[in-house]
Amino acid sequence: MSAEEPLQAAKQSGGLLQRMEHWIPKMVVAPTFIMMLVFIYGYIIWTGVLSATNSRFLPSYSFVGGLQYEKLFDNPRWETAYTNLGLFGGLFILICLIIGVMMAILLDQKIRREGVLRTIYLYPMALSFIVTGTAWKWMLNPGLGLEKLVRDMGFENFSFDWIVDPDMAIYTLVIAAVWQSSGFVMAMFLAGLRGIDNSIIQAAQMDGASMPRIYWRIIVPSLRPVFFSAFIILSHIAIKSFDLVMAMTGGGPGYATDLPATFMYAHSFTRSSIGLGAASAMLMLGGVLAILIPYLYSELRGTRNG
Amino acid sequence: MVNTHMAQRSWGFWINRGIIHALLIAAALFYLLPLVVMLLTSFKTMGDIRAGNLISLPAEFVIEPWIKAWSSACTGVKCEGVGSYFFNSVQIVVPAVLISTAVGAINGYVLTKWRFRGSELFFGLLLFGCFIPFQVVLLPMAQTLGWLGLANTTAGLVLVHVAYGVAFTTLFFRNFYVNIPSELVKAAQLDGAGFFRIFWRILLPISGPIIVVTIIWQTTQIWNDFLFGVVYGSGDTQPITVALNNLVNTSTGIKEYNVHMAAAIIAGLPTLLVYVLAGKYFVRGLTAGSVKG
Repeated sequence: MSAEEPLQAAKQSGGLLQRMEHWIPKMVVAPTFIMMLVFIYGYIIWTGVLSATNSRFLPSYSFVGGLQYEKLFDNPRWETAYTNLGLFGGLFILICLIIGVMMAILLDQKIRREGVLRTIYLYPMALSFIVTGTAWKWMLNPGLGLEKLVRDMGFENFSFDWIVDPDMAIYTLVIAAVWQSSGFVMAMFLAGLRGIDNSIIQAAQMDGASMPRIYWRIIVPSLRPVFFSAFIILSHIAIKSFDLVMAMTGGGPGYATDLPATFMYAHSFTRSSIGLGAASAMLMLGGVLAILIPYLYSELRGTRNG
Repeated sequence: MVNTHMAQRSWGFWINRGIIHALLIAAALFYLLPLVVMLLTSFKTMGDIRAGNLISLPAEFVIEPWIKAWSSACTGVKCEGVGSYFFNSVQIVVPAVLISTAVGAINGYVLTKWRFRGSELFFGLLLFGCFIPFQVVLLPMAQTLGWLGLANTTAGLVLVHVAYGVAFTTLFFRNFYVNIPSELVKAAQLDGAGFFRIFWRILLPISGPIIVVTIIWQTTQIWNDFLFGVVYGSGDTQPITVALNNLVNTSTGIKEYNVHMAAAIIAGLPTLLVYVLAGKYFVRGLTAGSVKG
């Protein structure tokens, strides 16, 4: 309410200058408004239109209805892509949450070097997924990477060639993605832990509850909102995962590690099937919306009250 | 009785502390390992790499891989290293960060201190822009950049990063300004200060922290971008992430892992430096803007 008062003051005092003041704020945000309408909403509609055409190398506007979507679901490569997303996303989110909450709890035990450790856990988040992918591709190199390191330690028969194994390559993406993001999840949980009211814990201690029990019954359940927002963030990272795949496996071997984002890129920009690429992009948007609409709704309601 | 109980407890206590510290240190080693491996590999000769393992120290300490990565490694067709692409990234990042931060600041000011009918709806619609998977705008933007004559140019990439960064910078500034008492603005207005004067004299001087957070966030995001770079840049205008990927994944012949690692460190160094120098602000931006992922 109080935010509107300057505006009312301007209206009351009248005068040309003040009336201009009334329009200035709107004129200032107008460029952003127009950019938003065109670059976000206009383009989404445009992509939707393209997904209903038979566009190949260049956009064309002869409509074919839902044909591209039918083709998409008949396409074994798309099936691999979304199955991979389920597998990669599911494991990535689950492992990040587990590692994140456990490390946050460990780090919350009055550790003297907490600042140093936190800095180490979180630095991967500053790196580009391309750098992360390059590093892990080298670490997982069959022959010269971790395999050789473990063999040099005396385990002669150790074999670790997941990155070139079509059945296992998807898990190497999980390893690298967890390495990059889990420290950040830890930071979120740590902030959550620091926000818990100590008196509840003290009361439970007075009642003779053991620390593991207090954690399991009181502290972890009270971190529910953190689990919720970490889940949203991690699933968002998973759906948009593109750079990491390009850097580590390029979607290979074959198309064994294709994700929707790499599928969309390949079909739109290198395989000349823009219609199919647009259809896959629309489905990606659908996936994000299915997760985000409930979240955005609660978020907006929250800021309005705040 | 009491004494033995105490002694047992403190034994258990120290074992617990030991386990906790061991786990935390093991985790730290896991996070540090790739960085250590990258550094060690980048200073080894190829012979050394084949003879040793990931964490063996270089038998002969060489900096040729770094020189080659910077100035003569092949990134696709050309063999000029990643140095020129590093400066491409700088040319994209600097204007895109400055413009998007400035626009975000003034938007945040309007959306909190000069609300109008529909401004909350506008903010909600804009917030949605933070969440979309960019694949859904790639094709139309490619065509638009072509029409504008900005395809494969640095200016085109700046435009794209500004267009999709403003939603974020606006969110940052709005959430910061919403906590500044509106009485300050009202008082200034009674003194006859106008829209821009209030922004310049009252809001901007106290915006230091949020400006730092926004600049750091945008710098890391745009420097680390690969998707827009690979789609809208080509040849001479590609950012360093694209050049690094080309160097590692499309070059033919013998894979020079030492050169790859040196190039990867070069590509990661600016954002790593930002993190080390301004970690606090970096983390704050992550939590505020983490929705972007």
